[in-house]
Amino acid sequence: MEFTSLVFYIFSAILLLASLRVITAKNPVHAALSLVLAFFTAGCLWMLLEAEFLAITLVLVYIGAVMVLFLFVVMMLDINIEEMRRGFWENLPLAALVAILMMVEMATVLGGSRFGLTPPAPKPADYSNTRELGLQLYTDYVYPFELAAVILLVAMVAAIALTLRRRPGRKWVDPAEQIKVKRNDRLRLVSMAPQKPAAPKAAEEEEA
Amino acid sequence: MNLDYFAELLGPAWLPVWTLAKIVAIVAPLLLGVAYLTYAERRIIGYMQVRLGCNRVGPWGLLQPIADGLKLMFKEIIIPSGASKGLYLLAPVLAMAPALAAWAVIPFTDTLVLADVDAGLLLVMAITSMGVYGVVLAGWASNSKYAFLGSMRSAAQIVSYEIAMGFALVGVLMSAQSLNLSDIVQAQSGGIHQWYWLPLFPLFLVYLIAGVAELNRAPFDVAEGESEIVAGFHVDYSGMAFAMFFLAEYANMILVATLTSTMFLGGWLSPIPGLPDGFFWLALKVSFILFLFLWFRATFPRYRYDQIMRLGWKVFIPVTLVWLLVVAAMLQTPWAYLFH
Repeated sequence: MEFTSLVFYIFSAILLLASLRVITAKNPVHAALSLVLAFFTAGCLWMLLEAEFLAITLVLVYIGAVMVLFLFVVMMLDINIEEMRRGFWENLPLAALVAILMMVEMATVLGGSRFGLTPPAPKPADYSNTRELGLQLYTDYVYPFELAAVILLVAMVAAIALTLRRRPGRKWVDPAEQIKVKRNDRLRLVSMAPQKPAAPKAAEEEEA
Repeated sequence: MNLDYFAELLGPAWLPVWTLAKIVAIVAPLLLGVAYLTYAERRIIGYMQVRLGCNRVGPWGLLQPIADGLKLMFKEIIIPSGASKGLYLLAPVLAMAPALAAWAVIPFTDTLVLADVDAGLLLVMAITSMGVYGVVLAGWASNSKYAFLGSMRSAAQIVSYEIAMGFALVGVLMSAQSLNLSDIVQAQSGGIHQWYWLPLFPLFLVYLIAGVAELNRAPFDVAEGESEIVAGFHVDYSGMAFAMFFLAEYANMILVATLTSTMFLGGWLSPIPGLPDGFFWLALKVSFILFLFLWFRATFPRYRYDQIMRLGWKVFIPVTLVWLLVVAAMLQTPWAYLFH
């Protein structure tokens, strides 16, 4: 067996185990962390396939940003996982149907010979996947790419607009006003003649 | 000593052994640097606050970091009874590992780099973005309100500032036209006025300040916030587990300082064209930025939480976006040489 195959099988085993833990873990935080491990291992597998840009982007976007926010939410929510499990047997037939459909689709795609696909020849070591992808995205596919970006932007604006609440009574200070404050607005210096501390002594005597 | 002799002796095991030796050659000085950065911090801030700092152990207190290390190593690691044990012990490791792993692609001189990969800049961003898990998990696994508050603050803060940081790096990559860190340094050759701090000055500032925020250091240290939430995410940690967080923070400081020097201050290049280039210059630049970090800590009061968020989202991100547009536009004009 070649070394790369060995590495592939090790990563695949970790990936499958981690994915299994995502759906079997009792604690939602553990499940989310297993998902992080699954993403990372998938990134490693892509790296093995010489798709280093996709691999690094997967780690950067999904592990570095999406899963952090996901964990953030999961940790704050008090999810009762047992309650969510209750509907398992009722939903099983539909879920099984979807699973079988997905399996059939994947099997069709993976049987590459049906589409006349042959595995590409390995590229030389100095081949930059990132540069090629960038060139493709920003020349040949620039309009679809920009369109996708605009759609994402619209989705983001919509999500913010949907959850935006106007609360009239809240306290708020304009930062520009805050930094414009000068010493004289808050502080008054009074010049006084020096005085003898006579009064406290009298008070002490009274106490005694 | 002939390396080829060893290569023949070990056969196929040679490559892993040689790589391991190189990794040790990077990590060991780094950990020593971390130890003496803590010493430098205590001394420098001491002098800034007109006191002496640690001066008891060894000459000028130079053995203080070693004494601290020994003390922490022999202390018990207490695990709170309500903690999620596995994650509680995993969190310090997750904080430490990315801080060390990112060094793989950092070029120390034009030939001295462990892995000269093409997507080096992306790799550094991906690895450093995983550092937040250590903090978040530590807070959650401790099962304590203070720790949890600290980790929540840290997660929100790091995710916000990562965007500005990423945009700042996009500017560097546009100017250098490469993601390879060695190429980025080479593109800045020709003296101090060719380094990217000048054409990308706003991005340089944003990167430096966002770097401090990513490190959870003063004035952005709300995740620890001694005066509000005791010590934040690592309040329940003791002994070596606590020390790991400490080491991770300082290793990350050196990492951010090195990245800033590499991308904006010309890495190993000398400021004046006639002088020889070398690791010496990189060390000098890194020390200068580390000194800035310590100086910030001694000077600025802690930001209020909403001010941190405002700075990240409403100031830094627009600034970087505008400057990216400027760089992109300038690269299409006859003055493009100013930005290369």
